[in-house]
Amino acid sequence: MSTQASAMAANHIPAENVDTAQPLLQIRDLKKRFSLSGDFLDQLRFKGGKLIRHQEHVHAINGVNLEINRGEALCVVGESGCGKSTVARTVMGLLSPSEGEIHYDGQRIDHLSSRQLLPYRKRMQMIFQNPYASLNPRMTIQQTLEEPLRLHHPKWNRQQIADKVEEVMDSVGINPDWGKRFGHEFSGGQRQRIAIARALAVDPEFIVADEPISALDVSIQAQVLNLLMEAQHARNLTYLFITHDLAVVEHFGTRVAVMYLGTVCEVATTATLFAKPRHPYTQALLSSIPRLEDDRPQHIRLKGEVPTPVNLPSGCVFHGRCPYANARCIQEIPQLQMQDDGTRVACHAVEEGRL
Amino acid sequence: MALLEVSQLDVRFALRQGEVKAIRDVSFTLERGERLGIVGESGAGKSVAAFSLLNLIAKPGFIAGGSITFEGQTLNTMSERGLRKIRGNRISMIFQDPMMTLNPVLSIGEQMVECLKAHRRISSKEARAIALDKLRQVQIPSPEKRLDQYPHELSGGMRQRIIIAIALLLDPDIIIADEPTTALDVTIQAEIMALLLDLCEQHNVGLILITHDLGVVSQVTQRMLVMYAGRVIEQGPTREIINDPQHPYTQGLINALPQMATPGEKLNQIRGSMPSLSNLPSGCAFHPRCDFIKRADGQTRPVCIEQVPGFVQAGNCQAACHMVAELMEDRRLKEESQ
Repeated sequence: MSTQASAMAANHIPAENVDTAQPLLQIRDLKKRFSLSGDFLDQLRFKGGKLIRHQEHVHAINGVNLEINRGEALCVVGESGCGKSTVARTVMGLLSPSEGEIHYDGQRIDHLSSRQLLPYRKRMQMIFQNPYASLNPRMTIQQTLEEPLRLHHPKWNRQQIADKVEEVMDSVGINPDWGKRFGHEFSGGQRQRIAIARALAVDPEFIVADEPISALDVSIQAQVLNLLMEAQHARNLTYLFITHDLAVVEHFGTRVAVMYLGTVCEVATTATLFAKPRHPYTQALLSSIPRLEDDRPQHIRLKGEVPTPVNLPSGCVFHGRCPYANARCIQEIPQLQMQDDGTRVACHAVEEGRL
Repeated sequence: MALLEVSQLDVRFALRQGEVKAIRDVSFTLERGERLGIVGESGAGKSVAAFSLLNLIAKPGFIAGGSITFEGQTLNTMSERGLRKIRGNRISMIFQDPMMTLNPVLSIGEQMVECLKAHRRISSKEARAIALDKLRQVQIPSPEKRLDQYPHELSGGMRQRIIIAIALLLDPDIIIADEPTTALDVTIQAEIMALLLDLCEQHNVGLILITHDLGVVSQVTQRMLVMYAGRVIEQGPTREIINDPQHPYTQGLINALPQMATPGEKLNQIRGSMPSLSNLPSGCAFHPRCDFIKRADGQTRPVCIEQVPGFVQAGNCQAACHMVAELMEDRRLKEESQ
């Protein structure tokens, strides 16, 4: 990074000795399981005359390693049930990981209590998918935007808070005079702007956005996406952007991580991923985007459907649908491996040069 | 005569606050085996247009004017009894959410047999054989097993295949598909769309595809209608509209897609949002969001605010826009003077 850029970054973040080479967020071998079996008594079963404890889990994330650098937008893509939202929620501390660690700015944060997390919550904020559900219907917009400020800046006086609210409302294109209105008085796009304003109110450096434009209409999607990009430039934000829309990723992302059934199968810079997808699943995913162009290439047809995350397939989780799977794929779990151009791919076929 | 002719359709909802005009003056035709797309954002009236074709508009909604003619029969004035012979039989529907359309307490086989026996005098055994054949056509693995399964035992993609099988059950002339793949993942969406396209071509079935996804429309349909605030604002061959849209709204919609912009650059957005149907702007409903309301000399075109635009021919397409009308008029005058 150039000295000028690092000086800018240091200027923005008032922490001492900011190490710009170090990733802002590190996800190390993250695993998350959700129990399907209820509490202890529900788990007890009679089998063969014996009382045994029977447990079933949804394996939502199975060993995810990701790094997010300062100032970039890391997009996580995948189909429903691949664990991308679980990654986002675990990073934010809304869920605690079953195994693995999350490091923010060099500090481990996944095991902290909510009181200890408070200073981090000011630095990392979240935007949710559905702006109809994420705004409290009983609070006015003014109250909604004041709440995080009161919590994180207990010493601020009324005027300071009011000024800040006005500033963020202005920055997302919501008329500050509308503060007395309630969430239901706004359209979907406006509500999402308010949700973004709430996230920006405490001047975070890192924003987790979980499908922030999926619930919006096409013409509104462009508005909100532009707003997110403007905020990134103006405030030097870092994004973890969760989406299933590959066209958005291509436009917005610095790097992309493709997830399938709780594992990351490919991480690459956006341009590389779209120009040269390596993993068979990434190839299939890219080929199935409906494009406007006339001469569409035939999409790659995958066999079957995504297996259940309750009983994970052995070896590579994709082997059952992969046209290139062999005996090794059925037994051995592939690890992410660095390619010549910095792309990391978890695929035996790519490693062996079969693909 | 076209297989299906809709002319000047007008659907309203009588609400306590007053009448809401959900769609106004919608006209289109569908030939046998033709695939037509209806595109628009939420609230544009595309689903209302589709539902009203089979008179499926529930109270307080009603068809206030216009006509729907299918093979010479007027559907909007037909009795329930007569309609029942057409619904599912000659014109069938595919809805967005397959879980909502399938009956959760009946097995797949029972639902398919029930549908067949309601329209044809055949034995259960014959009906089951037809059902099995249709399940094979939609490429469901182990179809015999599926007949005895219940909807909850199947995945979303599988359910939508079943819905397509049911829609094809009585060899209809037209299938109306309302956002058939919106609830599905992209890879499954691509499969289902390819399947639907194949089957429509094979059986020469007409398709009316309602969607907000311009990519899907451009790959599947031959002609398309673009709807905005209850009106059709542009219609014509799909390829021509996608490549060279005339109406400012269609242009904005296509240009707003991330794939139309250079990665990392600002997207071309349409400002504002769709007006509420109960409080429509005067004149052209799009005028508050339109960048072309001003003429080249910087003067606002008053007609945009005062008068609802009619269709003008532009190439093979028709657009309802005063600006396009002016352009076409200029071009005509220029040609005449030469």
